[in-house]
Amino acid sequence: MGEDCGQAIERLYYFLDGELTEDRRVEIRQHLDDCGPCLSAFDFEAELRVMISVRCRDEVPEALRTRVAAAIQAEAQRRSG
Amino acid sequence: MADQAGFAEAAMEHMPSLYSAALRMTRSPADAEDLVQETYLKAYRAYGRFEEGTNLKAWLYKILTNTFINSYRAKQRRPQMSDVDDVEDLYLFRRLGGSEGASVGRSAEDEVLDLFTDTEVKEALESLPDTFRMAVLLADVEGFSYKEIADIMEVPIGTVMSRLHRGRKALQKALLEFGRERGLVG
Repeated sequence: MGEDCGQAIERLYYFLDGELTEDRRVEIRQHLDDCGPCLSAFDFEAELRVMISVRCRDEVPEALRTRVAAAIQAEAQRRSG
Repeated sequence: MADQAGFAEAAMEHMPSLYSAALRMTRSPADAEDLVQETYLKAYRAYGRFEEGTNLKAWLYKILTNTFINSYRAKQRRPQMSDVDDVEDLYLFRRLGGSEGASVGRSAEDEVLDLFTDTEVKEALESLPDTFRMAVLLADVEGFSYKEIADIMEVPIGTVMSRLHRGRKALQKALLEFGRERGLVG
């Protein structure tokens, strides 16, 4: 693993989080074009992030929607009344 | 100034992500429902102070987070973080990176997605101490920027970054345990 690899891995999450300047993003992209192992690592972490997001979704119970809508309605009436 | 009457229309669409976040934070469906309802009521009452054009979802999350911290967080001495000093960069990749296998006709993306079930990922995330769990949830599940997370959690950006760094390591460690149980790891 070269010096560039170490730097790329260190910035991996800032890259995935969209928190790098454009210059730094370009540097990393150039490195990934030339470095298969780093590209695999970046892909894995990016997909892992998608996986976490997809797996953590829950369906809102219909009763909750109704409850919240009713609570807001009641509050609105209380205020106007 | 935002118009109260427009509140429901603008805010209701965020309920699925707020409810999921509330479940991760409270770890209880009943508490999550109460937390979401309380968040919406507080937001409705304060909506006049919401600056239109700014991020409504982040604003709702801030109310949800505050409400959780003040009313729902289990009384705990000090949030205990499992030891993550032994978790190096690319912890999971180095141990599972090859086990997506190379089944014909499946993209690498599907393979990573299939490594863990909904229940496993939720449990792994819920095993993190509150403040780390929130940071990871806001970044990885909801895609908020560091600055937005700092604003929602009312901490400096440096704190957000360190919570994310340690929280993600702890999450990878917890996920690997599920991988071990299923024999994905040699």
